[in-house]
Order: sequence, then structure tokens, then C-alpha cells
Amino acid sequence: MSTAPSASNRIDRAFADLAARGRKGLLPYVTAGLPDLQGTEAILEALAGLGVTAVELGLPYSDPIADGPTIQASFTRALAGGIRIRDIMAMVARLRRRVDLPLLAMGSYSIVHRVGPERFASMARDAGLDGLIIPDLSLEEAPQTAALLAGHGLRLPMLVAPTSGPQRRERIARTSTGFVYYMSVAGLTGERAQLPPDLPEQVRSLREVSRLPVVVGFGISTAEHVRLVCSVADGAIIGSALVRRMMEAQDAGASRDRIVQVAAESVREWMTGLD
Amino acid sequence: MPVSLTPEQLNALTAAPDAHGRFGPFGGQYVPETLMEAVHQLEHEYERARSDPGFWEELDGYLKHYVGRPSPLYFARRLTERLGGAKIYFKREDLNHTGAHKINNTLGQALLTLRMGKKRVIAETGAGQHGVATATAAAVFGLECTVYMGAEDVRRQRLNVFRMELLGTKVVAVESGQKTLKDAINEAMRDWMSSVRSTHYIIGSVMGPHPFPMIVRDLQSVVGRETREQFLQREGRLPDMIVACVGGGSNAAGIFAPFVGDASVRLVGVEAAGEGLDTGRHAATLARGAPGVLHGMYTYVLQDEDGQTLPVHSVSAGLDYPGVGPVHAQWAESGRADYVSVTDAEALEAFTVLSQTEGLIPALESAHAVAHVMKIAPHFPKDFCIVINLSGRGDKDCVEVARLLGRQIG
Repeated sequence: MSTAPSASNRIDRAFADLAARGRKGLLPYVTAGLPDLQGTEAILEALAGLGVTAVELGLPYSDPIADGPTIQASFTRALAGGIRIRDIMAMVARLRRRVDLPLLAMGSYSIVHRVGPERFASMARDAGLDGLIIPDLSLEEAPQTAALLAGHGLRLPMLVAPTSGPQRRERIARTSTGFVYYMSVAGLTGERAQLPPDLPEQVRSLREVSRLPVVVGFGISTAEHVRLVCSVADGAIIGSALVRRMMEAQDAGASRDRIVQVAAESVREWMTGLD
Repeated sequence: MPVSLTPEQLNALTAAPDAHGRFGPFGGQYVPETLMEAVHQLEHEYERARSDPGFWEELDGYLKHYVGRPSPLYFARRLTERLGGAKIYFKREDLNHTGAHKINNTLGQALLTLRMGKKRVIAETGAGQHGVATATAAAVFGLECTVYMGAEDVRRQRLNVFRMELLGTKVVAVESGQKTLKDAINEAMRDWMSSVRSTHYIIGSVMGPHPFPMIVRDLQSVVGRETREQFLQREGRLPDMIVACVGGGSNAAGIFAPFVGDASVRLVGVEAAGEGLDTGRHAATLARGAPGVLHGMYTYVLQDEDGQTLPVHSVSAGLDYPGVGPVHAQWAESGRADYVSVTDAEALEAFTVLSQTEGLIPALESAHAVAHVMKIAPHFPKDFCIVINLSGRGDKDCVEVARLLGRQIG
């Protein structure tokens, strides 16, 4: 079940606004708790100031299977710092008082199930999140969760892979809310030197069956990639490249403020691909 | 009657999983979209293979001439006398080529790989038994093979690493997470996500997304079918109880499955209590876990209140897993099978006792099943028959046991 886009959801508003202005969007991904939650809060605030379309807030998980080595390493780090779901939600709630940035949490269904889908949805709504991305919630298992989240005013963008067949793409697009997330490569999150040559073709065909904006993620790591992706899609997601730069800064002994600055500078650089 | 389930309930258990890969509420497919095509393809290919007598004939040929099946059912006279109660039999999976039940599964899945036209297989391994069995199947069928193994396990199991390499397999030490079995599974899934068009993932137990739990159960069920036939021939009836160790649960699923519909046969799975259920250092998922999602399946898992997987411990690397196959979650919840646990110390004691009373050095995993039977056998009458699945031999564990015994003695 999906609800009609309602003006009350920040994600829907953000994409409607982009469309009205004939613009494309950048959606950075940051791991919650990297370098720590205070740092994450500052990064989200900085990214809002840069005018990103939305941010995906990665929920650290001990056993991620869809993520590449960079994101996994960031999870291991954040978990070693003792991060808890309730602390992440509290941080989002604090931030929400100052910032209107559309925010999605991205995390494993293992976490959602354990917390309890109903309780998780309430926590997310109360904190001020606008949607969830649950990569290991397959189309087969999704309808119930999608309905539950819709009841809480939360969007559930779902992922389409290059290996998803035509009918499946249509069903995924129909089950999704907010936007459809197209994975540029059949693999893991992580940076790639080149995007697949058939990407424009793939995105165009997905747009034909989707009433929602189509956003592309996986493997995007330069402003040039952003430009290429946004020539066919409504937006680009950058995750691993951003998380890697933050971890490298951390490894080099950078302060929290400096890591926030590194994140903001990186995103500003990638946003030039939107011009 | 030991099991108080109606014939309808027993039939439902026997018929599981349903078309959605559910064992009751358990199982399912919690994997990223990138893997869905692969699991659907595997479902399709396996359905075809399952109904093709040619597939089973070819597999049976390998099981007979290459593995050495059927494995014997052995009456343990001296152990029976020593315990002074129930009659104890061993299903001798330890005699299989490569030393454990694992080869039953890997040969079957390697044949499926060939049917799918794929040229490469990958696997995860903890102690190395499933890795060696996969490397062996890959060698005999000429498949390229990569095995993922936690860096910590690579260090502890150098002999098995060498065996795999000798068999032509590439062993990749996994440095992420806790560097053990669960992390090796994550890494194998990741490989598969990027290589799915050319590669089949030979999962080592009755776990993972559907159809893996069903495929592995079916391939291991040869153990239970043989046991049934051998026991009938010997005693003219079915055994009263079957006992097997449970980590992921493939040897237990294999020997239990053909008896699930027989209400007179008690099924007992033995989990690893490690240093004790209350120490936090154990791997007793059904005893202390809760329903959750791990590695693509909905089942019992050991996790904290945020869903983060908890560290597990067992003296036996093969039982050291924070989840359990969904078929066991269903058997546990329905009451069809009982699940108990045995500590490291009890398993070590059984390891020594079985070696000295029967000349059988059991794998530390199987020693857990033996330890439980040592506790209960004296309380049963002499005509009560228990079959223990001796799922593997203990050669691989001798170095570790020597170290542990040395420490205890010294």
C-alpha cells in the first residue's frame, strides 16, 4: 500500500521544489556516530546550509551485507564508540528544532525488527525523520512495513538493482514512496572509477515505470559522476566517498570541527556537478 | 507419546517450507535487491533439479563411490555399558571423505552449480570443515573456488587453510567485524553480490535466505534416511531418540528431517553453552536468543536490544554462530524437537570418554551431542534406543584439545 505524496513530508516537498525549478539534487550519506554524534549533528547542519536535497543517515550495524568495506569500517568504528539507536534518534530530535533538512535513516531490517517495526516507526516520526531506507527489506517482505511507515507519515524509498527484471522494477517503483533508489552497479556500496555505460539507458527505462523521482546511488565519487547521473536522474547519492574522506581525516588526527569541515567541503565540491 | 502434536501439525512441519520459504513464521528472504535475482534463479534451478531423478542419481553415485556412503550405524557397546541405561548408536558421518557430514551438501550444491552453468563457487568457513568440503567438491568438479574465513580462524586452523590451498582453493582471510564465522558469511555474501552472474555461493548450513535452508536440509537428509533404514533393519522399529549438535544446524536437520513425522521419535538438538549460559560467553541461540533477522533469514539470533549481533563463544568453532537455521526455530517453537545445551567442559569430557571407551575421537561439535547423552542415558531403560549423529571426526581438534587439557592439568 502506498499513500499519495502529501505536502507534509519534507522529502516530497524537496523533490517537488527541485522539479519546479528544473533542478537536480544531491543526497549525501553519512554514518551516524562518525566521528561521534555531536559531529554528525554538526555535519547535518552544515549540509543543510549547503542546500543538499536530503541526507541519508546510516545506522551502524554489526553485520551489514549490502555495504562495502568503507561503510562497514565506519559502522565498526561507530559501534566501538558505543552508539545506540535511542541516542541517534535523540540527536535527530535536537537537530530538528533548528533544521528543516529532509532526513532519511538508512539501516538494516535487523535493527528495525529488533526494535519493533511499530516502535521504530514511532521513534523515527517523533524524532523528525522523514523516511527510512532498508536495503535488506526485499520487495517480498516490504508491503507490511511500507503500510506501517505510511501510517506514520514516513517514506520508504526502495532499491532497484541492474539485475532487477522489468516487471520487478515496476512493482518496486509501485511499492516505494518518496523516491526510487537505483543502484548503478550490481554490487556493493563503494567508489568506482567509472560508472557503467548503460546507466543512462537503465535510468530512463526506470523513469518510464515510476511516478516517483529516481535517484541513483552506489559508486558515485566525483562531481563528474554527479553531472552524468543527474543528466538522466533526479538526484545522486554519495556515500562511501564522503565517509572515506571523513575516516581519513579522523585517522590523520583531525579534530571534530575539522572533520565537519572536510565533509562540507567535499559535498560543496560534488554539488558543482549539479550546475 | 513423547511428542504431543496432531498428525496435521506433524504434516505441516514435514511439508515446510511454504512457497515463500517460510518454516512457520521463520525463514524468508531478507537480502538486498542485488541478490534477489540470484536467489530466485537458485529457487528455480533447485525446483527443477529436485524433480529430476537424473540429478539425484548423479549425486548418489558420488555419495557412494567418492564419499563412501552409506555411512555405518554403529552400536556403541562399551559406552552403553558404561552409562548403564539406554542403548546408544552412532551414525558414523565421521567416516565420510573429508571427515564430516559437510561433503553431503557441498557435492550436491556443486552439481547445482554445474546445472546453472556457473564456473565458480564461494563459501564461508569457521573451523574450516565446510571450506575443505567445498574445496574438495570444487576440485572434483573442476570449479574455481574461493573460501572466506575469519582472520582469527585462519590463525587457529592453519592445517585446514593448507588443505584448502592444496585443493586449489583461494582462502581469503576476513579482517572485518569480529573476524570469525559470521564475518566470513558477510564477506561471502558481498562477493556473491558482485559476482552473482558467474558464481554460486555454497552456503554451509541450513541458514541464509530461502532457498538455502531448504536445499541444505534436503541434501543432508540422506543422513536421516539411511539412519531410518539401518535402524529398522537392525531393531525392527524406529529409534526412541535422536541427538545431534546444533550450530547453524545442518547435521541435526539432516538426521531429524526424515523422522519429523514420526511422533514416537524424540528429537534433541544440543547447542553450545560455552562457559555457561549465564556468562554471556556461549552460542546457545535457541536457549538465549530471540527472533530476529540475520544473514538473510528470520530466525532465533543472539543480538542486543538494538539488533546488533552479540559476540558468541564455544570451544567448538563449528557451533560458534549467533544464529540458527529457521527449520530449527520452527521445530523448537512447535515443540517437535527439544533443544538443550552443553558447556565447553562437558564437551571436552565427552571427547575424552568417547575416545577411550569406543576408540572414536569425535569432532568437538559432535562431542556436545555425546555429552548430553552421557547425562541422560543412565535415566532410561535398557531397551530405550538413542542414535547420536557423530557428525565429524576429531582429528582437526586434537591440537586445540591438547592445549586445553594441558592448561587444565597444569
